[in-house]
Amino acid sequence: MTKINLALPAAAIREIRINSITGYQGDAEELVKAGGCDLKDKERSFSQCMGCTTSKAACMTILIQDAAVISHGPVGCASCLHEFSFTYRVNAPLRGVKKPTPRRIFSTNLQEKEAIYGGGLKLAQAIREVQNRTNAKVIFVLTTCASGIIGDDVESVCTEAEEELGIPVVPIFCEGFRSKVWTTGFDAAYHAIARKLIPKPQQRRKDLINVINFWGSDVFSQWFAPFGAKPNYITPYATLDNLKQAGEAVATVQACSTLGSYLGAVLEQDFGVPEIPAAPPYGIAQTDRWFRALGQILGQESVAEKLIAEKKKEFLPKIEALRRKLAGKTAYVTAGAAHGHALLAVLGELGVTPCGAAIFHHDPVYDSGRPENDQLAQRVADYGNVPNYNVCNKQEFELVNALNRLRPDVLLARHGGMTLWGAKLGIPALLVGDEHYAMGYEGLVNYGERLVEVMENDEFVKDLAKHAVMPYTKWWLAQPPSYFLRGGTGQ
Amino acid sequence: MSKAVVIEQQRYTCAIGALQSVVAIPRAVPILHAGPGCGEMIAGFFERSAGYAGGSTAPCTNFSEKEVVFGGINRLRQIIGNTYKVLDTDLQVVLTGCTAAIVGDDVDSLVAEFAAEGKPIVTVATAGFNATNFEAHSLVVKAIIDQYVRRFEAENKPRSSKNTVNLLASIPYQDPFWKGNLTEYKRLLAGLGLKANVLFGPESGGVREWQSIPKANFNILVSPWYGKPIADHLKNRYGQDYTWFRHIPIGANATGAFLDQVLEFALQQGAEIDEQKARAFIQHEVAAYYEEIENLATFLLEFRYGLPNHAHILHDAGYVLALTKFLLHEVGIVPKEQFITDGTPEEFQEAIRADLKRTSNKREIPLFFEPDAGKAQALLRGIRHKGRGLIIGAGWDRELAREKGYDFLSAALPSPYRLVMTTNYAGFSGGLRVIEDIYHMVLSTYA
Repeated sequence: MTKINLALPAAAIREIRINSITGYQGDAEELVKAGGCDLKDKERSFSQCMGCTTSKAACMTILIQDAAVISHGPVGCASCLHEFSFTYRVNAPLRGVKKPTPRRIFSTNLQEKEAIYGGGLKLAQAIREVQNRTNAKVIFVLTTCASGIIGDDVESVCTEAEEELGIPVVPIFCEGFRSKVWTTGFDAAYHAIARKLIPKPQQRRKDLINVINFWGSDVFSQWFAPFGAKPNYITPYATLDNLKQAGEAVATVQACSTLGSYLGAVLEQDFGVPEIPAAPPYGIAQTDRWFRALGQILGQESVAEKLIAEKKKEFLPKIEALRRKLAGKTAYVTAGAAHGHALLAVLGELGVTPCGAAIFHHDPVYDSGRPENDQLAQRVADYGNVPNYNVCNKQEFELVNALNRLRPDVLLARHGGMTLWGAKLGIPALLVGDEHYAMGYEGLVNYGERLVEVMENDEFVKDLAKHAVMPYTKWWLAQPPSYFLRGGTGQ
Repeated sequence: MSKAVVIEQQRYTCAIGALQSVVAIPRAVPILHAGPGCGEMIAGFFERSAGYAGGSTAPCTNFSEKEVVFGGINRLRQIIGNTYKVLDTDLQVVLTGCTAAIVGDDVDSLVAEFAAEGKPIVTVATAGFNATNFEAHSLVVKAIIDQYVRRFEAENKPRSSKNTVNLLASIPYQDPFWKGNLTEYKRLLAGLGLKANVLFGPESGGVREWQSIPKANFNILVSPWYGKPIADHLKNRYGQDYTWFRHIPIGANATGAFLDQVLEFALQQGAEIDEQKARAFIQHEVAAYYEEIENLATFLLEFRYGLPNHAHILHDAGYVLALTKFLLHEVGIVPKEQFITDGTPEEFQEAIRADLKRTSNKREIPLFFEPDAGKAQALLRGIRHKGRGLIIGAGWDRELAREKGYDFLSAALPSPYRLVMTTNYAGFSGGLRVIEDIYHMVLSTYA
């Protein structure tokens, strides 16, 4: 039963669609077993700043080459979006964009008057102004808490503007308060893109495979070449034309199932593009499965087997050498859901023991409904359980508490701000921004080498720890990390 | 309030951005009663700005659908109560966002309950659609004065400390050089014989210093417009007069004028100052400054491979005024079209124009008030003067400078291409630092 309906303006939030949760304390195996049915979200009686769906929708649209993006809200709701212009410039060489242009990011600068009388008129003017100024091929409009609560009819304003200007004007409903799972913002953006920009396919292109990802390096061109195919990266660095082709691709793969869950399923259900039935290729076991699934969907099983054999011959000895270096080490992982699972798989492969994890949310099942796409289940099956598995939406107080208790040899993080707490405790910390870095057989070597390096070069964190100031109370650090979680001792 | 239909490339943020003023007070914590993204947005705008308990450490009610529908006051009560258990802080400032304002939560009464128990807690309304962070900085400071400093008035008699002043100058974090600037102001004022409460940053005395605000004899406002409501408020509340210097003093002319003005005022206000010693201090600073300028002059006059001869600045009003005057008179770079991007309220614009006019009686310097920096850039894109140009602005302007073939100095937010920690642009040494930064960047183009 699908909960995807492109006829509606907004995507259903993750909590409703796939029963996602943001509060859990236990171990990974238990969480996997609980599946979609037995899992109940738990609230916290203390919480810190989370993250916003609007910025997640923003990053999936701002990095589209020929787009302009309007945040319909107070000026604050576009505050951090400049970072995506920086990202676009910095990573452009990794994706073959020779002249990265400044990103076109606007705010309707909603004022008190509009908060009372409505901001629809201002939005209509803003869309015209943005079109005059940028000549963008597509304009995205992001909603915010304020424009959502005052009830602006953003859908109608965009439809009217589209008729007037003759270019797609795409509303994305991503008010921050709607979901505690901020990756719902990705879904919101993809929903709008699929609904407004991707036409029904006229042909099936056997040489084109959709890759749903962020702004990581282009590893897929090389992987797809033996199959006679090339990647269609969506959505960062895509052009509007690239997006339009997405419906014609022969298959879809994802760099991160948390990211692409919704779009992968939409492309399959509404455009007939199958999503490969395998979680992203992190760890040897999963990489084998991934290439085989790809071969099968393309009808080129033998190419996949040949590729697997060649790559293993090249990289397995190096991976083995890294395992020897990393033997006996422990690690703690904090990241968004599927990428966290991926890092846990990488650790498993490299022989590093995970002593715990703080994962920002949990999707018991992805939109495809396929158990093969569940990276955490694969991780547990391939490498065993992960203890001290905490689902917490960037609740730093819980992370600090757990780290302080567990004192791993290294902290692996995926999102900004978290590594500091490793360093303050003298624990070497690693954040790798490129989500493709640890993928595939070669990725294990890349990541393993970084791990060795970061643990070896610990002088900086040791020195910092000597002087670090801790705002957390001694009392808090002595409580169990789940103290404020419903069912915890503090409830 | 800005009338712009859109703002592209915003150089400031909304009211809740003033949570950074709380972060800048040692051991204070902002508690957000706001949507889940507000903290992330602000952290991403300022970058490298978490301080003691800001960023991901700041408690937040993270408004969800439930709070939007039923109100968020119970959630806030819970979060505040548990903040005391989890975080070790000296002052808690509850900042409310758009969601709380629209829903209409009675935060004042709730916070008053905690205050009645003796908790050092205050609240301030900072809905993003009501004000900018430039404006809300004043709201935050006033809230702390009225709800916290007030409690210590009995032991801090108004104007009881003749040589102490409250300094109202840089807005923490919005001024990228705030930390260094406040340190330098404090040093300069000490040179005159005054003890300055700088209120923010490591050179402030934390909440103890805030408690002693009433004791100051008078106040100093260094700003073209922002922060003025604080000075006015203190005047009403504690009878402290203030002397108003209308931009950041950068270089010898402005810093000399600033110190002279403060000295005169201090004497009028009955501060016990050794005037001769104070004047000798200023003279010494000026002499040391010009020793450097003289050393440098040959380079500025003779370097034959090309130096910028004109500049455009995109910044807040305080920096535009300060850098325009400084570049013209003390560096020899001619200021051309200038852009104030801080959303200056209309009531202050005329005075700022008049101040800029005083820069020179032989040239007109066009000035634009334009919070929509994308529009400012569009104007600038169409302007070309003879010679090598320099743009001083935010990270966004690096792209424009590249496009125009101009030199670029990053000195405004957002600042993805430059790190600033304790560098100051205010004062004599600040002027020298601006010169270093400009020519370091220019010379590196020859490498």
